[in-house]
Amino acid sequence: MAGTPTSAPAPAPASSAAPAVRAGLLALAARRLRQDRVARVSLVVVIAYLLLMLASWSGLVARDWSREVAVSYAPPSWLAAAPAGTGAGTASGAGAIGSTARTAAGPTLDIRDVDPLAPRQAEWDRRAAEIDSAEPARATHLPLGADKWGRDVLAKAIKGTEISLFVGLSAALLATLIGTALGACAGFLGGWVDDALEWFYSVFTAIPGILLILAFAAVLRPGIANIIVILGLTGWTGIYRLVRAEYLRHRARDYVRAAEAIGAGRASRMFLHILPNVAHVSLVQLSQHVVGFIKAEVILSFLGFGVPLDRVSWGTMLAEAQSELVTGQWWQLLAATVSMAVLVTAFSLLTDALRDALDPRLRGVDAGAA
Amino acid sequence: MLGFLVRRLWQTVPTLAGVMLLVFVLFHWVGGDPAEQIAGLIADPTRVQEIRAQLGLDQPWWAQLGLFVREVLTFDFGRSWATNEEIRAIFATRIGPTLTVMLPVLVLETVLGAGLALAVAWVRGSLTDRAIMVACTVAMSISFLVYIIVFQYLFGFRLGWFPVQGWSEDPLRNLLVYAPLPVICAVAVSLAPQIRLYRSFFLDELEQDYVRTARAKGLGEGAVLLRHVLRNAAIPILTSVAIQLPGVFVGSFLLEKFFSIPGLGREVIAAVERSDFPVVKAVTVSLALLTMGINLLVDLLYRALDPRVGYR
Repeated sequence: MAGTPTSAPAPAPASSAAPAVRAGLLALAARRLRQDRVARVSLVVVIAYLLLMLASWSGLVARDWSREVAVSYAPPSWLAAAPAGTGAGTASGAGAIGSTARTAAGPTLDIRDVDPLAPRQAEWDRRAAEIDSAEPARATHLPLGADKWGRDVLAKAIKGTEISLFVGLSAALLATLIGTALGACAGFLGGWVDDALEWFYSVFTAIPGILLILAFAAVLRPGIANIIVILGLTGWTGIYRLVRAEYLRHRARDYVRAAEAIGAGRASRMFLHILPNVAHVSLVQLSQHVVGFIKAEVILSFLGFGVPLDRVSWGTMLAEAQSELVTGQWWQLLAATVSMAVLVTAFSLLTDALRDALDPRLRGVDAGAA
Repeated sequence: MLGFLVRRLWQTVPTLAGVMLLVFVLFHWVGGDPAEQIAGLIADPTRVQEIRAQLGLDQPWWAQLGLFVREVLTFDFGRSWATNEEIRAIFATRIGPTLTVMLPVLVLETVLGAGLALAVAWVRGSLTDRAIMVACTVAMSISFLVYIIVFQYLFGFRLGWFPVQGWSEDPLRNLLVYAPLPVICAVAVSLAPQIRLYRSFFLDELEQDYVRTARAKGLGEGAVLLRHVLRNAAIPILTSVAIQLPGVFVGSFLLEKFFSIPGLGREVIAAVERSDFPVVKAVTVSLALLTMGINLLVDLLYRALDPRVGYR
């Protein structure tokens, strides 16, 4: 086999051979990644997003995303700064139609002459004053604007990043675990195990992917854990196939036979000896699936099968943005689109670089992302 | 060839059995009690029992599985729980609108994708090539939803080139008036991944020995690409089209939802929303059958296109 020089086994004792090869492969891949400027930049972006996810999850930022801190559809600051800007004009117009009561900053219309309830107004005002209701001052503009209820779009985008990225990562991890474990069993054990798992694979691939996801979504309630389970249980097939092929190639190699000769058991050969040599396939697949699952989560949440109503994801933001666009409030659409596009682009570029660095044979092969 | 056909058909039997088992397990054990969902929140116990008896849910699981298998084999899935419409009628009336949108999408994206990919492969390695690849990556990172929302707003609402949404009784009017905007959305979304994929097919072929031979005997780059590379790359392209083909029949449910197209995809979404299990079950099993049929057809087509693949 002239294909992969890195996986050529060292003749040293088998137990130490596998880690040595792995370190070499990883060090080589890390060097290739460091030389690639695109990969470096996208790695920085992805790490920044991961830190943002952790900060948001731990409550450091965007903890109060659901607080109504501004007037309804408050425009972004850089628009409001311009006097009588076009965007601000349409926003206040729509606000006046939509919810007059909420736009506290707007001019109040004097209708006392025609209002039949006007005589009792003084009494109500007095009684209302007795109740201590400090209405917090609502901002007229925010860095990225506000949504219908006056919630900060920036905070929502950060919270949405947390949920979407978390779901994408967890689901990809689940799918990779299932795919790698089943692929290892099928490829290494062969025989009836392989037959059974191949049948299982053929069943899952016989149903078009999106329909399988919807069938699972029909029986499970919306929820963050459930959407991870749905995506993980339906998305493992491609990984299984690749890992199985790798195990088939590796199981008869000399270093595995040497391990067997010194008494390594089946599980030990599968996971201690072969797995380090095929793990790069799983790693690239993991990275590729994160992108696909983030996109899938956004669509499922948009349809209402994803995150529950009291949480925010890019998908639910886009669902709100659809009607907002018609009335001229485009900032939520922009925030969700840009924050998602930057992450997904960076992640895709990083995946490409990772694949080229770890597995040159796969160069140029695209995964059919939804 | 006949032997091959029989063997392949025989192989689909366990797969189909598996699909039925998966769907059965999913909807009977994971899905909760449908009778309570139908009866509603203020469920009267006797009413729930009645519904259960009516749906056959009071029988043991093996009897229910038998019932389901019979449904699949006779292709009679009963009626929708939500609308009481016969499921066969749902299929018959919803498939037309779906295909009206999805067939033009499939043709356009394949032809445009292959054409543009060939053009990019022609200038491979150049700055144009790299710029287009980066543009494709960025285009792929934007959600399908954003394309639809923005296109519908821009071309439908703002510019008024197309109706924002709608559907009519007249097939020709549907194709010419209502279908174009959804088709444009779908093609715009799929073009970027398509170009990347097909370009990699072309580049794979360009490394083959026969390309070097063709160049050595003095053929120009155009002749090499169009006469030799395109023909060989047709095989992986055909495979990728075949993989998409079953999806054409459920359509893009997102398009159908946004543009109010009364197709199968929108029906599935509605069924999932209101836990209309028979419809979801029927569509899932039928699509699995269709997928297996298409895979078999593609296998036969392969052998017709590429004599190197025998009927073993």
